[in-house]
Amino acid sequence: MITSEQKKDLFALWKKNLVSFWGIYSQNKMGLIGLVILIIFTLMALFGPLLVEITTMAVDDVTQVLHPPTGNFWLGTDDLGKDIFAGVIIGSRVSLLVGVAATAISMIIGTVIGIVSGFYGKTIDALLMRITDVFLVIPWLPLMLVMAALLGPSLANIIFVIGITSWAGTARIIRSQTLSIKERPYVERARAIGSGDTHIMFYHILPNVFPLIFANTVLVAAIAILSETTLSFLGMGDPTRVTWGMMLHFAFSMGAVSFGAWWWLLPPGICVVLVVLSFTFIGYALDEVLNPKLRRRD
Amino acid sequence: MSNRDQVISKNELLRVEGLEVHFAARTGFLAALLSREKALVRAVDGVDFSLGKGEILCLAGESGSGKTTTGKAVLRLIEPTGGKIWFKGEDLLSLTRQKLRLFRQDAQIIFQDPYESLNPRQTVFATVAEPLEVNRICNSNAEKEERVIEALCDAGLNNPRELFLRYPHELSGGQRQRLAIAGALVLKPDFIMADEPVSMLDLSIRAGILKLMVDLRDLKGISYLFITHDLSLAWLVSDRIAVMYLGKIVELGSADAVIRQPLHPYTRALVSVIPVPKSISRRDKKLLKGETPDPVNIPVGCRFHPRCPQVKPRCREEEPCFREILPGHFGACHYL
Amino acid sequence: MLLEVENMTTYYKLKDGFVRACENISLSLEQGEALGLVGESASGKTTAALSLIKLLPENAKVMSGKISIAGRDISQAMEAELRRIRWKEIAIIFQGAMNALNPVRRVGDQIVEVLRIHEKMTDKAALLRTIDLFEQVEIDPSRVRDYPHEFSGGMRQRVMIAMAIACNPKVVIGDEPTTALDVMVQAQVLQLLEKLRSKRRMGMILITHDLSVVGETCDRVAVMYAGQIVESGPTERVFENPAHPYTRALIAAFPNIEGERYLAQSIPGNPPNLLNPPSGCRFHERCSESMKLCSCQEPLPVKLDSGHFASCHLLGRRVLS
Repeated sequence: MITSEQKKDLFALWKKNLVSFWGIYSQNKMGLIGLVILIIFTLMALFGPLLVEITTMAVDDVTQVLHPPTGNFWLGTDDLGKDIFAGVIIGSRVSLLVGVAATAISMIIGTVIGIVSGFYGKTIDALLMRITDVFLVIPWLPLMLVMAALLGPSLANIIFVIGITSWAGTARIIRSQTLSIKERPYVERARAIGSGDTHIMFYHILPNVFPLIFANTVLVAAIAILSETTLSFLGMGDPTRVTWGMMLHFAFSMGAVSFGAWWWLLPPGICVVLVVLSFTFIGYALDEVLNPKLRRRD
Repeated sequence: MSNRDQVISKNELLRVEGLEVHFAARTGFLAALLSREKALVRAVDGVDFSLGKGEILCLAGESGSGKTTTGKAVLRLIEPTGGKIWFKGEDLLSLTRQKLRLFRQDAQIIFQDPYESLNPRQTVFATVAEPLEVNRICNSNAEKEERVIEALCDAGLNNPRELFLRYPHELSGGQRQRLAIAGALVLKPDFIMADEPVSMLDLSIRAGILKLMVDLRDLKGISYLFITHDLSLAWLVSDRIAVMYLGKIVELGSADAVIRQPLHPYTRALVSVIPVPKSISRRDKKLLKGETPDPVNIPVGCRFHPRCPQVKPRCREEEPCFREILPGHFGACHYL
Repeated sequence: MLLEVENMTTYYKLKDGFVRACENISLSLEQGEALGLVGESASGKTTAALSLIKLLPENAKVMSGKISIAGRDISQAMEAELRRIRWKEIAIIFQGAMNALNPVRRVGDQIVEVLRIHEKMTDKAALLRTIDLFEQVEIDPSRVRDYPHEFSGGMRQRVMIAMAIACNPKVVIGDEPTTALDVMVQAQVLQLLEKLRSKRRMGMILITHDLSVVGETCDRVAVMYAGQIVESGPTERVFENPAHPYTRALIAAFPNIEGERYLAQSIPGNPPNLLNPPSGCRFHERCSESMKLCSCQEPLPVKLDSGHFASCHLLGRRVLS
């Protein structure tokens, strides 16, 4: 739509926006801590598995079983003699992946339903909101367990299940924001110049709902990761994959508690807590940063 | 309603007859169950006027008069519930979707609030280009850019290229309103509905925007339906003024006639409270008692009678009809 | 002299520096007099009013100046004394005040609350006074038990006026008291303010961007631009013989329905950024008659007539018609 010279200008504009955003964001200590933690884990998830490897499921060396941390095994070993440190690193990849993928599904469903519902109102709104209510009201854990049990313990199913059960809250939030934006004069103006419904929803409502989506996404991601951990811990996860949840599952079911193998229980648990915390902090910080902009100028 | 002859002259752009916009009132649950009649908000209750090519007609009135609703109904941004509208000879209320789209290119709107009427996330360029894109008008990017530049310049924003990538919050109130005007001009409309276009701007900026509107009329022959509560502004800018009260036009005439020789008691009261500089001496102000009633409870008979200083028994029973009192000067009152 | 302000300066502290919202403001108000403070947005007029009773946000500070009421210097008053002054000596009707009523409490109760806090009245006495106030502002006293949403905008504004005069202040400051009201209601409210002022011999400061309001109701007017008072004097004189180019432009933009129809020129440009105001006269960049001197030196007030002052370098050279 624009010349190459303007493309350069647009890029400069982008950079300007990013810089100003960072300027505000970096003032928020919680947000910075959260961001740092997230970056560490992301790096771990991206590059970690390249540096360590988990050998096969079979037991290698019986003498290495259930060792507390030593020089060779920084976090000790599990009941199969596997290096827990390696497990944590490899588990980060899947845990984060599941979290991100499930969040994406949840946000897409929630946003679309929220915007369509808020924009059209009346019967469509009533219908969609009743469906949303159903998903909001049903306790998510039993629902997830039932669906996971029915569909089978594969990673894709886990992602699907988490996505399906967590969109309702987002839909409500987006819908109420849509209701308010719909009344703004610039939406009326868009009608006056001949815009169709889809154009208005995508071009005017979505970008103005976006900051809200962003902040909400981050919190939903925290919940998604926690959900995956929960499902895996309860045994609904994919046993062929190493995730933090699975590690906890095996630790519990193999009696790590009675054995006193704290090195097996604590690391995956702490990782989950840290990641969830980091998302939560970022979410709070984003809320503070993005909200003033949603209000007026000058 | 009107006793005038229906002659659709060549110079007539817009004609409105018996326009009605009624809304269902929000009543409580119990009231809705118990009452037989649905409470109706008769925001626009039978309005007749016409707009010539290149004419500036002002709809003036206070809140609750229905002036904004009338303007939006004429643009079909609000759907009329009764009456007829003709635009360029065509019946506006029975247009196909295609034709409605074309109509929208010919009839544009400028809003009151220069902050809220622009999408804060759209750049200046995007705002002005959007109407072209939505209507698939331009064949090439170069052509689009040209039209955007033309519209920005017509709206008095010089150095348009420098503004392309700015956002609305980086512009001043006056510049924002000019941007909104550019967004309306880019489709080359014949008719613009301006809803209180300067009431939220600083005094020193208003004159510029008003002058711009008048210049556009002189240069491009754009007709305006100018909506305002400020009669002195109406007088400055318009050719004719229609004074509205509770959904009906009570007086219609040339700007000078309505302001200098108002006929209807309501108009006379409004005109008497227009401040005039250099006369700190207390003029004869005809302050009305009370405020405009809710459009849900429109008085029976002449709707102005509860506040009229010259009310007579007939006014409480019979609604006056809108008729020509002097040449080109219409009023709705039993005693004119 | 009921209220006297000398060289008051108020700054806001921002991350990037100081916003010089009010610079050397001097005002005076006699008993029973109405002063109009006219200016556009960001002229500093609201800040000036709030500075009188120090109702400023945390990052604002009255840097210098002397404020005295009824001869008493209150510039250095501490919070405790300020609380006594606010509402009992100087009351303020805020902008958008009609929306400042608590929607879940009855209107009468809200005024009773004010009276109980400030005047330490009993409930019964406060209620009687409230009814009396309602009569003074021309609202049917039986409506004391109504809720805010049952009142129209104009009536809510009258309630706010009642609240402001509840403690019989010496000075009432109205910050845009009639904006957002219909013209007829505006006229009614102004008439009411006029009546109250003359009956109670209150001093009134009317802050507005609407010159017409000033022309009709105020004895004297002070025109503010970019934080400074550029012209002040008796209303009639200022309207007939505006000296400062800004005042002249504002008055020219005022439609006169008894005269010729003509659209004045807009003042080009925008109000200056008060973080970094222009050097010299703050209006020089937008002034059609600016000279070189205007960009270097700040003009001082020049006396034109009795009580009529203006700050402009051109005044030495021009013969006023």
